[in-house]
Amino acid sequence: MDIRPLTAVATKPERSAVDGVLGSPTSGWDGGEFDEESGRVARGGRSARERRHLLLPALHALREAHGWISPGGLGYVCERLTIPPADAYGVASFYALLPTEPRPETVVHACDDIVCRTAGAEIAIAELEAAGTSVLRSPCLGRCETAPARMLDEVGSPFRSDLASDPPGLPQDPESLRLLHRVGTVDPESLEDYEAHGGLTALRRAAELGADGVLDELRRSNLRGRGGAAFPVAAKWSGTRGAPGETKHVIANGDESEPGTFKDRVLMEGDPFAVLEGLLIAAAVTGASHAWVYVRTEYPEAGERLRRAAEVLRAAGVAPDVSIEVRIGAGAYICGEETSLFASIEGYRGEPRQKPPFPTISGLFSQPTAINNVETLVAVLDIVNRGGDAFAAEGTAESTGPRLFSVSGAVGTPGVYEVPFGVLLGDLIDLAGGVEGELGAILLGGAAGSFVGPDALGMPLTLEDTSAAGATLGSGAVVVFDDATDFGDVVRRIAAFFRDESCGKCVPCRIGTVRQEEALIRLGSGSSGRVDDELRLLSDVDAVMTDASICGLGRTAASAVRSSLRLGLPGVVA
Amino acid sequence: MFAVDPRRTSSAQWADVWLGIDVGSDIALSNTLAREIIHSGLTNREFIDRATTGFDAYAESVEAWTLERGAEVTGVPASTIRELAHAYGSAKTAQLCWTLGITEHHTGTENVLALINLSLLTGHVGRWGSGLTPLRGQNNVQGGGDMGALPNKLPGFKDVEDAEHRARFEATWGAPIPPVTGLHLSLMLEAMEEGTLRSLYVVGENPVQSEADAARATRLVSGLDHLVVQDLFVTATAELADVVLPAAGWGEVEGTYTSSERRVQHASKVMDPPGEARSDIDIMGELARHLGVDWPSQTVEEVWDELRSLSALHGGMSYQRLDRLGGLQWPCPDEDHPGTPILHERLWTDDVGSPAPFSPVEWVPPVDELTDEYPIRLTTGRRLDSFNTGVQSGRYSSPRRIGGSIDLAPEDADRLDVDESQVVRVTSRRGSVEAPVHLDRGLRPGLAFMSVHFPDDVDVNQLTVDAWDPLSGTAEFKATAVRIEKVG
Repeated sequence: MDIRPLTAVATKPERSAVDGVLGSPTSGWDGGEFDEESGRVARGGRSARERRHLLLPALHALREAHGWISPGGLGYVCERLTIPPADAYGVASFYALLPTEPRPETVVHACDDIVCRTAGAEIAIAELEAAGTSVLRSPCLGRCETAPARMLDEVGSPFRSDLASDPPGLPQDPESLRLLHRVGTVDPESLEDYEAHGGLTALRRAAELGADGVLDELRRSNLRGRGGAAFPVAAKWSGTRGAPGETKHVIANGDESEPGTFKDRVLMEGDPFAVLEGLLIAAAVTGASHAWVYVRTEYPEAGERLRRAAEVLRAAGVAPDVSIEVRIGAGAYICGEETSLFASIEGYRGEPRQKPPFPTISGLFSQPTAINNVETLVAVLDIVNRGGDAFAAEGTAESTGPRLFSVSGAVGTPGVYEVPFGVLLGDLIDLAGGVEGELGAILLGGAAGSFVGPDALGMPLTLEDTSAAGATLGSGAVVVFDDATDFGDVVRRIAAFFRDESCGKCVPCRIGTVRQEEALIRLGSGSSGRVDDELRLLSDVDAVMTDASICGLGRTAASAVRSSLRLGLPGVVA
Repeated sequence: MFAVDPRRTSSAQWADVWLGIDVGSDIALSNTLAREIIHSGLTNREFIDRATTGFDAYAESVEAWTLERGAEVTGVPASTIRELAHAYGSAKTAQLCWTLGITEHHTGTENVLALINLSLLTGHVGRWGSGLTPLRGQNNVQGGGDMGALPNKLPGFKDVEDAEHRARFEATWGAPIPPVTGLHLSLMLEAMEEGTLRSLYVVGENPVQSEADAARATRLVSGLDHLVVQDLFVTATAELADVVLPAAGWGEVEGTYTSSERRVQHASKVMDPPGEARSDIDIMGELARHLGVDWPSQTVEEVWDELRSLSALHGGMSYQRLDRLGGLQWPCPDEDHPGTPILHERLWTDDVGSPAPFSPVEWVPPVDELTDEYPIRLTTGRRLDSFNTGVQSGRYSSPRRIGGSIDLAPEDADRLDVDESQVVRVTSRRGSVEAPVHLDRGLRPGLAFMSVHFPDDVDVNQLTVDAWDPLSGTAEFKATAVRIEKVG
């Protein structure tokens, strides 16, 4: 099966954890008992290989039961799924949250990313360590409104967020909102309550309109994706609908990992049925029989609520022709990139693929796939309920409808804000309680976005205005830094983030993110002496990564660095 | 995919269903499948009527092969044989692929005929997606035969005993061709034994290690008057040679390769051979001149064009076309011909030509019988990490190479009270070798396996039987009866 077959044997608890995902073995060849017939007949082949997508769930089961992926446990999974152990090890070791070595019973994953580090993450980590706690530093956990954030990781139980107090409610009055209106008011585990709050009306209305009717409303709405790439949803869905293929997929991309972004988490935790309703409309329009939700591991509560919601919908017989599967990532920023997300669900390392072919033609399992951001799917409900024209009445011609922003950092009330496209940046910050202290700079769009200075407060938040200013809205992250911020430290953290999260598949990104970080460290320490040479190097690395990387990770890995140098943010160059 | 193999190999693991048959029961399985296909009405009557002969006699010959009898002889449950019969009989398209497990038996040719019968029965031949596919172990086995490296054929499969065919070659080559079929390797060894073959010119082979009953092969080759070996490496056979001619390897010569699907591809030279090594064409031309024949100095392409003028199969395959089209499949008689992806397509056309005959074959057990004295069935074969006698692969390390060994079922190892740290003595009716134990879950009790790759460490062919298929000349490497004893 592999160049170095594993000889370690799985323990009983490991086997039963894996069997919980894969079912009990059927023969000696499948990890069970050998008998007389075993020497004469065996089955497996395609049927075992076609279950490869259960690799990640099986590895999660091992991690949860045993704390880590032991050689014996890994070998057992490989035997069951007929995967070479080296291949499966490559998958396990790809993810930050699947340990392949023994670890302490309890580990605290402490965020030290850009928002949390300006909110005292280092002090909090030092305190934890002083108390004897095992701490692993983590990139953004998507809980920037309660920074510094942590996640608890205990053997024998699922991950859970470690909140000092109850999560804050929505900062806005939900009555006035279109995307967030149920968050905090509806019981996220009750379909009945969801329907009492207007749930499932869009799904019924979509059935009345038919696929062409829904597509027409989407075209009128000019809805563009809220994950960062701003692709027109109508084009994506009609492309998938028209693509040849018997089996099609729709996916809700809940792998919200862009530092400073947490809007999708709020929707998934607070209104999970809405996410699934949007996904089922997507399935109906595209003709997909398989619906998937991919949630990052760092959002355990969201994943659990969506899983329960999917069960409730299944039990209630809503959209009986569509299967809904909730899949949990394992700690990899890259998996938010759509083709990497496919690879992750399929049971491979979450590495991106070349496009074309585009997912609408060849996506998950190389079948036609419509993949959308969580907020996008919830926006679809509003469009189907009220019509595309009403949706497009808000915002500008290019940037229509309401939009969620994750506002964090040096503001009075960090949180998720729903505003119409076109609101001025300064007004959004005022809505969030204004700047605490003197404004230094604002990071728009997260680590993959760019810094803007105080002169940008008058900029309308639209796709076209930010683009004209050389910035991006991206995922809607707005991180506010005061003028006491050590920007050198923040920018180096961003560079370290990309170096760490680069999947390594393509050279420009794999090498470029390392070179970028090294140059920034030299510039920041003043050890270089040849500042011009370093800046030229950064500019070269920027050009190569931006032009030649396979996916968006590498193409945006220099964006924030570039803008920090352009603005001359203090501390970046010593 | 159904895999039929005594061992559960990695290919068998890839398959949807594995049938672990007894070594040498292939014809029993084929005939049982045939009877089940006939009795279930899954034959392709239209195809049988239009394109075959001898169906009735064939049907009669397999009538005794009930599922129960098939199960008894092959060891595979009747229900699984039935499942395979129905899957093959009712498939829209189906292929039978095989390699040495079918041919390295004293009934090798009959084994193949039994498979051909199945394809004729169901019409799974001569059509897109269906067919009979002997998988080759090297990239140019097909090409070697095509070019006339067979005792009874000239290039393009022209019969050497046909005066008309011979005359065309003689006219082009300007020399007479011996009018009788030559000897294949098994017969050459017999001729050496009889003393009628005294000199041997070996090109790219290592017979003293690759032949069954290696002790005999070494004795015979050592006793020759004169031995010339032309090879990339100093093989065990080359060690015995009077003259060794160093040959060039892949990438060091221009030429063509022909794959299992009859696709001829042109390969360029990218570097000069090292040291004194020279291309085979160079060596043979030089040899001819030293022997007093004035062979013209030809480029590789000129030699190829000469072949094209003599072999209708290759007539349309100019280097230019081969390069442009990425290869062509023979027959390709002229430069307007697109090549032939499906060889037996004529069977489905109005012009069937000579119909394909059913060839009834009867199962006979392997020559080397299992007895109380030799109770274990030993089969030999190859591993992914090594190639044949190791001449080419032995000099490279591989993390998964386990070296020469005897692979045993865990149950047999328990019974013998041995484990992987131990060496056992393996004895057949011909010889005895010691080999380290390797446990393989893919073997069932009573079945053992040895690879052919490490003749210097574990000379497996001291054990194998020199019984061979009189039609193909292939020895029965796959079925040896042995006993295994603990050493010390």
